[in-house]
Amino acid sequence: MNPWIRALIYAVVIVTLLMTVTAWSLWFERKFSARMQSRLGPTFYGPAGLLQPVVDGLKLLQKETLIPESADRFLFIVAPPLTVLLALATAAVVPFGADVVAADLNVGVLYILALGSLTIVPVWAAGWASNNKYAILGSMRAVAQGISYEIPLVLAAMVPVVLAGSMSMTDIVNYQIAHGWFAFWPPGPGFLAFLFFLPASLAEANRIPFDIPEAESELIAGVTTEYTGMGFGLLYLAEYLHTLIVSAVATVLFFGGWDGPFRPGLHWMVIKTLVLFGGIFWVRWSLVRFRSDQLMAICWRYLVPLALLLVMSAALWVHFVEGGS
Amino acid sequence: MNQALKQAYGDPYLDIEEYDPEADLMVLNLGPQHPSTHGVFRLKLYLDGEVIVKAVPFMGYLHRGVEKLCEKLTYLQLVPIFDKNDYVSPMMNEQSLVMAFENLLEVEVPRRARYLRTILAEMQRVASHLLWLGAFAMDLGGALGGGSTLFMYCFRERELILDLFEEVTGSRFHYNTHTIGGNRHDLPSGWAAGVHRALRTINSRIDEYETFLTTNDIYLGRTRNIGVVDGDLALELGITGPILRAAGVDHDLRRDAPYHAYDEIEVRVPVQTAGDCEARSLVRLAEIRESIRIVTSMVDGVPEGPLTSRKPVKTAISEKIDHGHAYACVESPRGELGIYVIGGGANRGASPYRLKIRPPSLHALSCLPYVLPGHSVSDAVAILGSVDPIMGEVDR
Repeated sequence: MNPWIRALIYAVVIVTLLMTVTAWSLWFERKFSARMQSRLGPTFYGPAGLLQPVVDGLKLLQKETLIPESADRFLFIVAPPLTVLLALATAAVVPFGADVVAADLNVGVLYILALGSLTIVPVWAAGWASNNKYAILGSMRAVAQGISYEIPLVLAAMVPVVLAGSMSMTDIVNYQIAHGWFAFWPPGPGFLAFLFFLPASLAEANRIPFDIPEAESELIAGVTTEYTGMGFGLLYLAEYLHTLIVSAVATVLFFGGWDGPFRPGLHWMVIKTLVLFGGIFWVRWSLVRFRSDQLMAICWRYLVPLALLLVMSAALWVHFVEGGS
Repeated sequence: MNQALKQAYGDPYLDIEEYDPEADLMVLNLGPQHPSTHGVFRLKLYLDGEVIVKAVPFMGYLHRGVEKLCEKLTYLQLVPIFDKNDYVSPMMNEQSLVMAFENLLEVEVPRRARYLRTILAEMQRVASHLLWLGAFAMDLGGALGGGSTLFMYCFRERELILDLFEEVTGSRFHYNTHTIGGNRHDLPSGWAAGVHRALRTINSRIDEYETFLTTNDIYLGRTRNIGVVDGDLALELGITGPILRAAGVDHDLRRDAPYHAYDEIEVRVPVQTAGDCEARSLVRLAEIRESIRIVTSMVDGVPEGPLTSRKPVKTAISEKIDHGHAYACVESPRGELGIYVIGGGANRGASPYRLKIRPPSLHALSCLPYVLPGHSVSDAVAILGSVDPIMGEVDR
């Protein structure tokens, strides 16, 4: 098949799937948090409130898009779709099954990291364009946090790359199928790198539970303060989308991707991703928020030096234990 | 203000034009419409980056003219009005008001009514501190974050107490249960058993929340050494209540100037010395425990006897006090809530000539210009939450 047509089909399927899963993850989160907090959560639309995401989406679509007079119109309009776009573009190289991947880049990991660091730009643009003090404070925090967490994120993602000797996501999974998941083998660096990777990638993109730039109790809604209707909806969607994709990437890098006791692999990938995704929500609804500078201190004082050590230990493992190349 | 305090704290009278001639600072209006200003409170913050250089609090957005209203309405009509001042602990407001009127009239309160007032006050303290804990967690965690989980839990527990109040007074919030010379509503049968059950539940869950907070590094990082109000500043500004006790000053009206039935029981006053947000939260958690202990020890031994020392009055206007002046204060969950009243006003003496409320929250808020400079915006929200202001009584 023509690779372009193939990529197009995969893109449509994957984007549709991701959007649907994200929409219902909103329902899941609301139900989940409600049960944690002795509430009921959505119950009104559909059985057990299952149609709630649809109704939410319709409501946001009906809302008038207000643009503040002093806002930078172009950036203000462009920023929210850009956040969604960047989050979705990441999914292009994530292999959901042995052949289910839109584009098997040989530098897949690098591509994901690059797009991840780009997400700072639309967030900053949204805050700046709003011309609102809370939004600017929020985007200031977003940029500081995004740049800081870039480094431990890259270093943590380097561990599976060093171990597998490839930057291609598919190769990394194949290596894990042959040698065991990186989260468990080699003991130590793999699992620790996972523990660094997941929070760092969420913090880098200012996603829950590191949504300090959107800290409601301090900055009202941070960068989203001035957004209404679908603009807000897109920023909100991008947050969940990114969380979901980060879970998928972590599954690929550390939990063997589509590897499982029996075939087909696609559902293993989905199950592992959703388990990670649920875990993130669990943490989010249990903990209070860090202060911005505390989060930064954790990054520079602990995560960066430890992540450096991890990469080094992974390299040593490859060199000595696996008989070095 | 003495020199030592000026050095230890930010300068509330800092001349911004002199400090920042280039006008580089960002001026941020935190409030009056803001999710965590506990009502309609406005803080004008001068920010250098995210660090506060100067903080100016503005009050009065919830001004309802209660003190002026007091000169129009009659003594008996005032009690339900006062429920709305400190809307988180209405019992205390009623009690301080009727105590002032009783002092004015020199009326004795029967022992049963005094016991009842003590029990209701202590239960109200538990409910109020629970709401504070929830709101404080919310300030730290945000409306969509982990803090809201604790917030929901605290409201669940507070509901138990409101249910018990409803059984006694018929309403959940604006009780109007106190009257001059006693209480209106007697305890329903089986109430004590319900109190024991509810308080046992709350007591066990408070342990859970305390470990949830005090063993949580994030929580400690957000509260330890944040917003330190030491004893000198607190005394200088007239701050009372948990903030004063968290600053190491052992002062509690329940023990030091007993009213109601507090002279018949032992009140153990929790004191901390650090004076930061963590110390304030520890003091309040300990006060919840202490209040639960007081109520459980008293609720079975409520003495028999009349509930009021005077005959019920026929109309609101028939209660006339046309002489004298009196002051009464109670230890509300936020500190010393005082009422000063001068008799002999309008309606041929059926209204006070003048009534002054001393709200503890107003004095507590006055520490903000001293404490906030040097902290970040996130800390400002945490400090404001730990002060526990109720704008209803600040603005009156």
